[in-house]
This record gives sequence, C-alpha cells and structure tokens, in this order.
Amino acid sequence: MSTPTRSPSGAPSHLTGPGGGRVGDDAARPDGVLKVRGEFAYGSDLWMDDMLWGVTLRSPHPYARIRSVDVGPALAVPGVHAVLTSDDVPGSKTYGLELADQPVLAVDVVRYQGEPVALVAADHPETARRAAARIAVDYEVWEPVTDAREALGHPHWNRVHETEAPVTELSRESAHLHPEGNLVRHVKVRKGDPDATADVVVVGEYEVGMQDQAFLGPESGLAVPAEDGGVELYVATQWLHVDQRQICAALGMPPERVRLTLAGVGGAFGGREDLSMHVHACLLALHTGRPVKMSYNREESFFGHVHRHPATMRYEHGATRDGDLVYVRAQIYLDGGAYASSTPAVVGNAGTMGIGPYVVPNVHVDCYGAYTNNPPCGAMRGFGSVQTAFAYEAQMDALAAELGMDPVELRCRNAMEQGSPTPTGQVVDSPAPVAELLRRLQAMPLPPSPATGADADLRDMPGGVSNTTHGEGVRRGVGYAVAYKNVAFSEGFDDHSTARVRLEVVGGEPTVTVHTAAAEVGQGLVTVEQQIARTELGVDRVVVAPKDTAVGSAGSTSASRQTYVTGGAVKAACEAVRARVLERAAALTGWPVGDLRLFDGAVVAEGLQLPLAEVLGDDAVEETLEWRHRPTEALDPETGQGFAHVQYAFAAHRAVVDVDTELGLLKVVEMACTQDVGKAINPQAVVGQIQGGTAQGLGLAVMEEVLVRDGRVRNPSFTDYLIPTVLDMPPMRIEVLEYADPHAPYGLRGVGEAPNISSGPAVLAAIRQATGLPLTRVPVRPEHITRT
Amino acid sequence: MEFLQPTTWEEAVETKAAHPDAVPIAGGTDVMVAVNFGRLRPARLLDLTRVPDLQQWDTEDGVVRLGAGVPYARVIGELGDRLPGLAMAARTIGSPQIRNRGTVGGNLATASPAGDAHPALLAADAEVEVASVRGTRRIPVADFYTGVKRSALADDELVAAVRITPPSGPQQYSKIGTRNAMVIAVAAFGLALHPDRRAVGTGIGSAAPTPRRAPAAEEFLAGELDGLWDSRAELPPATAARFGELVAGAAAPIDDVRGTARYRVHALSVMARRTLTWAWAEYRKGETRCA
Ligand SMILES: Cc1cc2nc3c(=O)[nH]c(=O)nc-3n(C[C@H](O)[C@H](O)[C@H](O)COP(=O)(O)OP(=O)(O)OC[C@H]3O[C@@H](n4cnc5c(N)ncnc54)[C@H](O)[C@@H]3O)c2cc1C
Repeated sequence: MSTPTRSPSGAPSHLTGPGGGRVGDDAARPDGVLKVRGEFAYGSDLWMDDMLWGVTLRSPHPYARIRSVDVGPALAVPGVHAVLTSDDVPGSKTYGLELADQPVLAVDVVRYQGEPVALVAADHPETARRAAARIAVDYEVWEPVTDAREALGHPHWNRVHETEAPVTELSRESAHLHPEGNLVRHVKVRKGDPDATADVVVVGEYEVGMQDQAFLGPESGLAVPAEDGGVELYVATQWLHVDQRQICAALGMPPERVRLTLAGVGGAFGGREDLSMHVHACLLALHTGRPVKMSYNREESFFGHVHRHPATMRYEHGATRDGDLVYVRAQIYLDGGAYASSTPAVVGNAGTMGIGPYVVPNVHVDCYGAYTNNPPCGAMRGFGSVQTAFAYEAQMDALAAELGMDPVELRCRNAMEQGSPTPTGQVVDSPAPVAELLRRLQAMPLPPSPATGADADLRDMPGGVSNTTHGEGVRRGVGYAVAYKNVAFSEGFDDHSTARVRLEVVGGEPTVTVHTAAAEVGQGLVTVEQQIARTELGVDRVVVAPKDTAVGSAGSTSASRQTYVTGGAVKAACEAVRARVLERAAALTGWPVGDLRLFDGAVVAEGLQLPLAEVLGDDAVEETLEWRHRPTEALDPETGQGFAHVQYAFAAHRAVVDVDTELGLLKVVEMACTQDVGKAINPQAVVGQIQGGTAQGLGLAVMEEVLVRDGRVRNPSFTDYLIPTVLDMPPMRIEVLEYADPHAPYGLRGVGEAPNISSGPAVLAAIRQATGLPLTRVPVRPEHITRT
Repeated sequence: MEFLQPTTWEEAVETKAAHPDAVPIAGGTDVMVAVNFGRLRPARLLDLTRVPDLQQWDTEDGVVRLGAGVPYARVIGELGDRLPGLAMAARTIGSPQIRNRGTVGGNLATASPAGDAHPALLAADAEVEVASVRGTRRIPVADFYTGVKRSALADDELVAAVRITPPSGPQQYSKIGTRNAMVIAVAAFGLALHPDRRAVGTGIGSAAPTPRRAPAAEEFLAGELDGLWDSRAELPPATAARFGELVAGAAAPIDDVRGTARYRVHALSVMARRTLTWAWAEYRKGETRCA
C-alpha cells in the first residue's frame, strides 16, 4: 500500500448522487451540478500551500542541434529551487505511446518547435518563467523537414531520427520503423484485382489541415513527493496506467512508487493520450522534495499536446455504369510530425477504413505515416478516419455526378450491411444499417429558407451579426456523408479494463462503490458506471470512487471504448458481486439461488423481500475483475488482411449550408444526424456526444486549423485558432437507432467518434453543391470559395 | 506592480502626467490579454473604471460626446439611434462579455488596424478628445492613427471622449470574419451618407497598416449622388460597383493568418457595394435620421 501523503485541495472526491437512472434512462451526471456552478475542481485548480511552480523551457526552433545549455543564470534567480535538463532524467531518456522515441527533455537535438529542453521550479510561476528565459541554450539551427511526402521520398536524406526507437507494449505488431528513413508506418490493404478496370472512373486529390483538440482545460497537474521516496501525481489525463508505465521508465521507479490520481479533466479528445507535464512535474518534485504544480497557459497548450494528422490523399474510384463500385485505389499520407505518438495506430485506421462503409471488390490502399519537423501529431477523436472520410465522401459525390445519380442512391447501392466483407477480409458481424441511416436523413424535412432583405435576421445569414449579406449572393446546398469507425483498440492489442465493485450497507442504506481507473474527461462515464451498477445490483446509491492507479488499468479513454470496455468490466464485477450476495441470501433463507434477484435494495423472489441490510450486516461484498472484449488480430503486413477491429460504429449526416458565394462566408443552417448506437445507455449523453462530435467535425470543415509554416505554428491561441460559436453550430435533428451488437455488453456501440467523422464531409458536400466548386482542401476558407 | 485608482478625471490626468509609463486600463479586454500572454508587464496600471466622467455620454450642440469608458453594450443599447454606424460596429465585437467590458476609448488607444470602432468613426468624421495636464485637444479621427498600433496620443495623455455628429443619413457597417461571431476582422468597412453636407464618409479596417478612409471613393460617390439626393432615384448598379472598386483600391492589405491580401481587396469591394446598396435603399425610403 502507498504511504499516505497529504492530499492537495482540488483533488477529486467521491462522486455520489444525484440518484436514479438505470441503463437506458436519461441519468443526471454526478458531477453535473458542480460543473454548472463552477465548483468542480479541474487540474489547474490543484493547490498545496508549500507547492512550487514548474515551467518548461521550449525550443524556439523546429530543428536544431543543441551545442550547449547553461542553466547557471536561471539557478541564480532568487526563488528558483531547481533547473533540470535531460542529464537529470534518471531512467529512460525517451518515452512514447507506441515507440519510445520522444525525449523527456531534449537530448542534443530538438525536432519540433516547442520541444521541452529544460525545467524550472520556483516559488512563483512568474519567477519560474523569468528564470527559464535566462537559461542559455546555444542552438545550431538546421533546415526543417516539413513535407510528409518529401520526407518519405528521400529515405537516406534528412532523417529526422538517427536511431531506431524501442517499441512498447502498445505498438502495432505490424508497425515497423523504417530503419533508414522517415517512415513511421506503411499499411498496405490489398483485396481482389490490383489492376481492375471500370466503365466510369473518378480521380481526386484531397488535403486536410491540422486540427487541434482545443480542449478548454489546459494541461495541468501536481506532483507530490511521498515519504517512501516515490511520488503521487494528480493529473488531468486519458489513461492513468499508460502514463504510469512511461513515468516509471523515465524515473527508473517501480509502479508501486509512482501513484497517479485523475485530476478534473477539462476535455481531452485524444490530446491527453501522450504525456505532457507528467514526468516533468515528478522530476521537479523528487528533486526539490516539494509538491510541484505545472499548468500550461493557452499558448503553451498548443505546443504541449499532439494534434490531428494533416493528410494528403489521392483517390481513384471505378464503378460500373449502374453505379456499382468496382475498385478503389488510394494513397494516403499522414504527417506525424517529429515523434511517433500514436501515428502507427492512426495509419492503421486510415488504411483499413479509408474507403468508407462501402462494399468494394477490389481495393488497393497504401497509407503512410511520416516523420517531419512539424508539431507531433497523434490521437484525436476520429483517429485517422476523419481525414479519409473527407476524401472518400467527396469521391462518392464526384462519382454520383459522373454517373448522373443521386448521391444518396449511389451510397445506398454500395452500402455495407451486416454480413458484408470489409477491405481487410473481415465480415461485418453485427448490424450495419448504413443505407437506413442515409434514408432516414433523406426523409427528414428540410429547414425553411430564412427571410432576406430588410427582414433578414443577421444571425441567420452567412457572416452572422457582422452584417455582410442580407441575402445577396447566398445559395443553399445540401450534402450527405456517412462514416464508420472501429470501436476500442484494434490489431491484436490486449484491450481490457478493470473494475472493483463493492456492495455494503452504509448508514442503513445499501451502497455500491465503483472503483475504476477509467478517465472521466467530460464524456459522462461516471454516470454510465452508476447506471450499470444500479441496474445490475438493484441499488440506488452508487458512489464513484476517484480514478487512480490503486486499481488495475481501465485502458484508454479513447477509441469510443470506455462504455463498452469499462462498462463491460463494471457489469461483470457487479454480476460477480450479485452472485455472492444471492448465494448468501440463499444460504440464509433456504431459497434456491436461481429464484432470487436483487431489486430496490433487497433480495427478492416470489413472496420474499429480504432487505440487503439483513443479508450483509456489516460485511461488504467486493469483487475486482478484469474484462476484455473478444480478441482481434494483427494485420498481415503485406495484404492488410485480418480480423483487426472488434466493432464498428456508424453515423450519417445531412448538412444544409447557405453560402455567400461572393464573399465565401457560410451559415450552416442545420445538421441532421442518424447514428446506430446499439443501445443508448444514457440517451441524453448520447445526444450530447452527437452534438459535440458534429460541432468538432464542422469546425474542421470550415475553420479549425493549426497553421504551420516552415515548422512553426502561426496561430497558437484562441484569437486565431477558431472553433465554432453558437452562431456557427446550428440546431440539430438527431435520430438514434438501437440495433444491438450481440457481442457487446447490453448490445451497445461506442458513440463518441462516429459523428465527428461524417459531419465535416457532409458540410463540404453541401458547400460544393451550393458553389459548384470542387473544394478539395479543408478547412474551406473564404479564399477557396471566392478564388482570391 | 503598482495599481493606481484615480476617482476623478483631474486626478487621472495628473496621475498620468506623474507616471507616463503607467498603462491605463479600462475594460481590460486588450490589456489583460497582453498580460496573460506575457507580452505586457507594466510597472504601473492606471485603472480608469472609477472615473465617473469617462462612463458617461451626453449631447452638446447636437454633437454626441461619448466618454472613453462607455462599454459597447451601452453604445448598442443607448445610442443605437444616434450613432447607428458605431452601434452596428459594436454589435460585431467579441461576445456579450467583451461588449460589457470593452470600450471605444480602449479600442482607440490600442489603435489596432483591426479595431472595429475605427471604420465607423472614420465614416462619421468623429473627433477624438484627448487630455493631459497640458490641456485638451481634439484630433480628427483620421489623424489619430499614425501606424500599426500607434496613435497620436502622447505619453502623458488620456483619451477623454469621442465626439460624433449624429447622422443626417443612413450608416452601415460590415465586417468579414471566418466565423459568424467573436472574430477579429479580416476586413471591415464603414459607410455614412451625409445628405445634409451632400457628402459620403468611409472607413476601412484590417486592410492597411492603419484604419483609413477611401477618399477617391468618397469623392466619386458624392459626385454621382449629386443629382440623386433630392430625387432619391434608384442608384445605378454600375455606380455601386465602381464605388466598391474604388474602396478596394484604397486598401493596402497584407497576407496573414487571417486572410490573403487578394481576398481582403475583393471582400472590401463587395462590402462597399452592398452597404451602399442598403444605405441608399434606406435613404430612398426617407428613413433619414435626424439628431
Ligand atoms: C475575446 C475578445 C474578443 C475581442 N473581439 C474584438 C472585436 O471583435 N473587435 C474589436 O475591435 N476588438 C475586439 N477585442 C479587443 C478589445 O475588446 C477592444 O479593443 C476593446 O475596445 C478594448 O477596450 P477596453 O476598454 O477593454 O481596453 P483596455 O484593455 O482596458 O485598454 C486597451 C488599451 O487602451 C488603453 N486605454 C484604455 N482606456 C484609455 C484611455 N481612456 N486613455 C488612454 N488609453 C486608454 C490601455 O492602456 C490599453 O493600451 C476583443 C478582445 C477579446 C479579449
């Protein structure tokens, strides 16, 4: 057991209430009131009276050799307690999710602008910042490698990395780091005839810019040195145990001495899968013997986490004159930036699902992830599927136009359904209502046109209250898109979660405590955990314990997987607890176990109602279980074939967009979404995920981009990295379908990512219809529409 | 850091004279952003929010004197009829929170080429009233902007007010941003028709190192309207188009993260044409506004 250490204010507490809500109900969140009132403590609210503040000195250059670092001037600043460089990292100098290629602090070379070089701890953040500015780093500045295709095209020239990085347990088995070039991973998908020909062929090239997760709570945490020589880290993150593994390696400490607790997380979307300040704060705390808090400001946050991979893609679709897809060939290039992060897995997704939810007999896809000196890219909601969806859905529209077919008809004709083969040789073995999702959208009424001229309400116009049009130049377009996405971790990864469930009577009231390490990042897993426990144990009062490493790994809060996998683990642990309680009751009453159930705080049967207090007395029944979904397999490295994905989620969107064709400004009038969720555990939260995912997809389609030139970020702030406001994100029509997946707990499907994937492509389709322009790059800018 | 909080205008002006390095703070919506980004570490802040004179507006000889510290929300709520162009510009600024705090005085002193008050003030021929212990002077707004984020304000001076003659004709304001609210202008245009003087006022934002007028466009349009003020006849589309071109011709934009120079020029021509069309339609309906 850990040595008890003082806990900071702002550390998480047990969440209870608000009571009620089983699987399938609109359950209220236990953290909802706190958040709405502004009382919820986020990572940036952590506080200890004697804490120091840590700051990071980052590289101003995208690519440079470090000739020397002189920390003397910083150490001389009064109030400074420590200045650390890579020399002070006691364990492994590098870390990473899949390849341990990223230095904890730069070693000899910096490979992207913003790479951490040194750390300072001081008694005031301003003092720490001033001291950091006095660290003298002598750089020999090199020409950065900034184009993914060029980086791959010159295997012996300008290598971003000199040495091969060790792979981690998370690495894709088929991921090979090219020993002599900038290739992180190449996925090949080969199905059918590589030279197939067709009557009608459309070719397109597409580009997707770099999106940021733009979570509102910047990277924050507090490291507290413990009496056993270890460290307690309170941190806002997505996967405590994968952080723990990497921190232990860097600190050279066993897991018992590195204990993590989830601090309040203000959004994640993939941006917290990689480490940010985790090791840094621990190093400073262990070095100074004082608690150390690190909290990035907005600008630093843009340099402190990975972004969504920019993509360049070339697609060729061949079809018969009747509109049956004959072949798809695609080359997809993803810019992974300076370090691998989750690039191998993103390449896996983009490659295997890169042609969309369509049945195609002949598929030839090459998907590459490259190292460059651009900002590192990794996980973000939709994970490789977002980029390709812009391309394959634009291709479907282009093909429909070429065939003179309705774009929805063409999609339905080629839509995947249960039993369909995928390009990777899997058979879709649960409902896949792609055509139904589209048809339902088509059947929805279209929104009316707004009033124009003197009666115009500016909020309904492209440009909004900026008063750029009263209807002049405005044309409406309607576009459809459909997407699918793997749920949970793929390609043979041992994807599991652990749940500890305890049932006892507290103050006369039966109480369940659910303890998992599954990160609540705002999505509502804490509610789902409560609902499952209430449903399985018939007890209303369910307490969610703080998320920490005192219990086994829950896996990542990503890949739309936690309701499925941690939900599955909680369900299984509840079942084990229930079995023991019913056995006790059977022993007490003499009733056969098979006749007994748990209901409303009692053991019941026909003519029996035995309160749990009588069954349990002062005892607690506790079970801890590891739960895994059915196994997947690695992809064949030459053909990309294999049972790689455990489940697919499907969503479709219809976008209605008014375009001021003269000014290139937009008003998305309505977004409609249909999604199959298998089973809506918390319907209200499902709708929230669909709305949020849709908004984030819309953002990428029309405004969100980290602008990088020569390896430098030009807009690291919310002044110029724009995300949609309430006047940009319209009201939605949403239909949630529930076709159970027989392999999943309650039949549920992961929800969070699918709506993020189809939303943007639908918006693009609508803009293309309104303007008649090909618009092959996202985000679409006014310049693209006005061609200025 | 020293925090200076004068409670009267005299005290404010004297404090500024005693500490020319003191950074005035009104709504703080520019100052605090600079502080939070570490770009500004003032030795002294001069808080102007307790100076009652700055928070007021009144009318003198038909001219509105708008205190430098009146927030945008009040410009919209209280002066929409007297200062329609400025109120329209204010409506495009930031979010409700920013409009509750941000002030015209702050916008002027920041003198960003993207500040939204400027094109409206230029079109309306406003004057900036600045003051120091040395006295008060009135600067025609067109002379106030001297460079990128530079103004005619001396180190010991404060902005006291802006003076704007309420319009004798329609005013319009139009701004391009790449989202539909809370956005810094990619380009902006302010227009005022002055039937009493048979003149036209213009203001261009975000398309030159400073906010500026488009004099050739103003002259051209005043000439074209010469015969039309009284007849209130329809405006030939070619006139509006030519006006748009001349406005665009007055710009000297750059490419930056927010937009390309070419787009800015194009957008200005469209905004100028459209706003003129709206303003003239309003004028033809006889909806001239009188002070
Ligand atoms: C989220 C956000 C959105 C924004 N959106 C817009 C927008 O859409 N359009 C736009 O134009 N601006 C926008 N701004 C910028 C800002 O709100 C405006 O420039 C506003 O007018 C500044 O006024 P303030 O009172 O807040 O100024 P402050 O921040 O208090 O001061 C600004 C500058 O003026 C000086 N100053 C203030 N008052 C005086 C005075 N009386 N005499 C001399 N100097 C003085 C200060 O020293 C400082 O240099 C935005 C800002 C934010 C944070």
